[in-house]
Amino acid sequence: MSQGASLRLHVPEPTGRPGHETDFSYLHLSRAGEVRKPPIDASPADTSDLAYTLVRVLDDEGRAVGPWAPEADPELLRRGLRAMMKTRAFDARMLIAQRQKKISFYIQCLGEEAIATGHALVLQQGDMCFPTYRQQGLLLARDDVTLLELTCELMSNERDPLKGRQLPVCYSMKRAGFFSISGNLATQFIQAVGWGMASAIKGDTRIASGWIGDGATAESDFHTALTFAHVYRAPVILNVVNNQWAISTFQAIAGGEATTFAARGVGCGIASLRVDGNDFLAVLAASRWAAQRARSNLGPTLIEWVTYRAGAHSTSDDPSRYRPADDWAHFPLGDPIPRLAQHLTAIGAWSPQEHAQTQADMEAQVNTALKEAERFGSMADGHVAGAATMFEDVYKDMPEHLKRQREQLSSEG
Amino acid sequence: MASMTMIQALRSAMDVMLERDDNVIIYGQDVGYFGGVFRCTEGLQAKYGRSRVFDAPINEGGIVGSAIGMGAYGLRPVVEVQFADYVYPAYDQIVSEAARLRYRSAGDFTAPITIRMPCGGGIYGGQTHSQSPEVLFTHVCGLRTVMPSNPRDAKGLLIASIENDDPVIFLEPKRLYNGPFDGHHDRPLVSWSAHPLGEVPEGYYTVPLESATVFRPGADLTVITYGTMVFVSEAAAQETGIDAEIIDLRSLWPLDLETLVASVKKTGRCVIVHEATRTSGFGAELAALVQEHCFHHLEAPIGRVAGWDTPYPHAQEWAYFPGPARVGAAFRRAMEN
Repeated sequence: MSQGASLRLHVPEPTGRPGHETDFSYLHLSRAGEVRKPPIDASPADTSDLAYTLVRVLDDEGRAVGPWAPEADPELLRRGLRAMMKTRAFDARMLIAQRQKKISFYIQCLGEEAIATGHALVLQQGDMCFPTYRQQGLLLARDDVTLLELTCELMSNERDPLKGRQLPVCYSMKRAGFFSISGNLATQFIQAVGWGMASAIKGDTRIASGWIGDGATAESDFHTALTFAHVYRAPVILNVVNNQWAISTFQAIAGGEATTFAARGVGCGIASLRVDGNDFLAVLAASRWAAQRARSNLGPTLIEWVTYRAGAHSTSDDPSRYRPADDWAHFPLGDPIPRLAQHLTAIGAWSPQEHAQTQADMEAQVNTALKEAERFGSMADGHVAGAATMFEDVYKDMPEHLKRQREQLSSEG
Repeated sequence: MASMTMIQALRSAMDVMLERDDNVIIYGQDVGYFGGVFRCTEGLQAKYGRSRVFDAPINEGGIVGSAIGMGAYGLRPVVEVQFADYVYPAYDQIVSEAARLRYRSAGDFTAPITIRMPCGGGIYGGQTHSQSPEVLFTHVCGLRTVMPSNPRDAKGLLIASIENDDPVIFLEPKRLYNGPFDGHHDRPLVSWSAHPLGEVPEGYYTVPLESATVFRPGADLTVITYGTMVFVSEAAAQETGIDAEIIDLRSLWPLDLETLVASVKKTGRCVIVHEATRTSGFGAELAALVQEHCFHHLEAPIGRVAGWDTPYPHAQEWAYFPGPARVGAAFRRAMEN
């Protein structure tokens, strides 16, 4: 018999569950302005402290404070706020459209809007994002992407650019720097690194931006991506959106307990930042820092964006079964939209009236797009790409066996 | 024309494509400075530089996943998986990503990548250096699966694969790297320099995908095979005196159905031979195709010769390997009916 204590398996649990409030002290927040900003050519090891603290710019009064406060034209910030509000209005309407059975499925990004929209405003035309299904803000922040084309994809209708092959929200838009969303988690992270490597091989100036959630960092493709990005010093930004939840699984089950996801990067020799993802100014500043490093042959940067998945994982999920229903209201990093609105109002570049007007405008734009998209049908009413199109694009040129199968479908059903 | 081994022919194909197309790049474990464990990429890094021919971490999923990203960018990566037995960590990237990218994005993004991997047994490699996993790829829609049996085809098929806009799984029967092998492991090695298919054009040429070849014309029965089993089948024909028509598929999928159907209709008998394990092997698909398209021409049941349904053993290699005796027995069975 061993004299030692019995061994016990540790299975992490969130501090809050339905019926008792979350203790968010596990987030180990820094104060706004508290965290230092290293030079752009800092060595990865010299970012170690930044992987465990939290870059924040906006304080509780909406002031931009500290070394990370970005130089930002108020017009850019107004654009960012409008993009966040557009994203939220779009999500809200599409959730209803799903309940109305106009679309089969939807995933919203409620509470996380600052990350993708702010990042999009930092990237340049030609850069390529490898997103997950919760980065619609990358598209909605752009002027060259219409709500109509997104809505047609969601409705899987005759005008769906993806011909009804993908679930709603799995957009693909090369011209907008938005790689095809897989649906298999984490696979895109190493592909982003490969894209960046290709850009470097060709002596190009464009960079890649890969995206992953806290849950999917447990996949081997995440660690693979970090290894390749470090080995080849790939011009890529490695974004980990830590929204605390992977469906019902708390981020500690993905390995976030007593450490951070940003710390993974430092261990791999990658400059790493942990950033308040609900702070639009911090998103701008950290994205710029990482993009400049990538563009200057200084290699990859991993950014852990700390945020909160305010809504359900998808329209097939009910989060009140596994976490407090009012959890978001207590999340200490708040809501990115009022936080940026507060800042803009304080500097005289926004007003409650403009906010209300913008809100109404965005809702009207979304409604118009939905109505227009409905003219092209939906999966529900059978106005989808013809069945014979399912045989296209399997290969560049259709092989004989697919031609035979297409003929069989046509003659026998 | 020059006398080449299959290794030299593959290297020549990559050399030609690196020269012709700046978007072609090559990487994998040990392929850079060292030139690969089988030396297929020897000298290419010195000639084209480290940014076009380089070493990769021991991470097959990363090698293929990064190649997909490069393909989406516009490159044509040719990556090496050191042994087909090691491809499984890359399977998700191959099946869920490379094979479906064109489809799911409706042509917005594509992955024109070539994944080379040595396959097959006969080299005393045991169960981790001898596998023939082709059917795991032929089953996946969106992939092309190719396996040459000789240096001349190897070069032309590899160039065609690199130029192809679909992802290609390029399986190299490693026992054929240095010479044709008919399964008689106890006989002296034969070199490609003594074989007409070891005569290889030095410059650019292609062997089209989806095209099979009649490796040996014959009247008695049709053998549908590929890779090392082409030579084993040839030996079996000589040793049994049965005039077998041997079809070397070269492209496993999509395949050249016309050539094999024409042959079976002519001979009325069919034996399918592959090294891979039997159950749900590619032979099952071939047998189904033959009976769908040639049923009324068949005079005997379709025969199948394959590896046993066991892992590939080390010390029992020659009892496992489908040699000329086992193939010949199948020929005789097909002729008895």
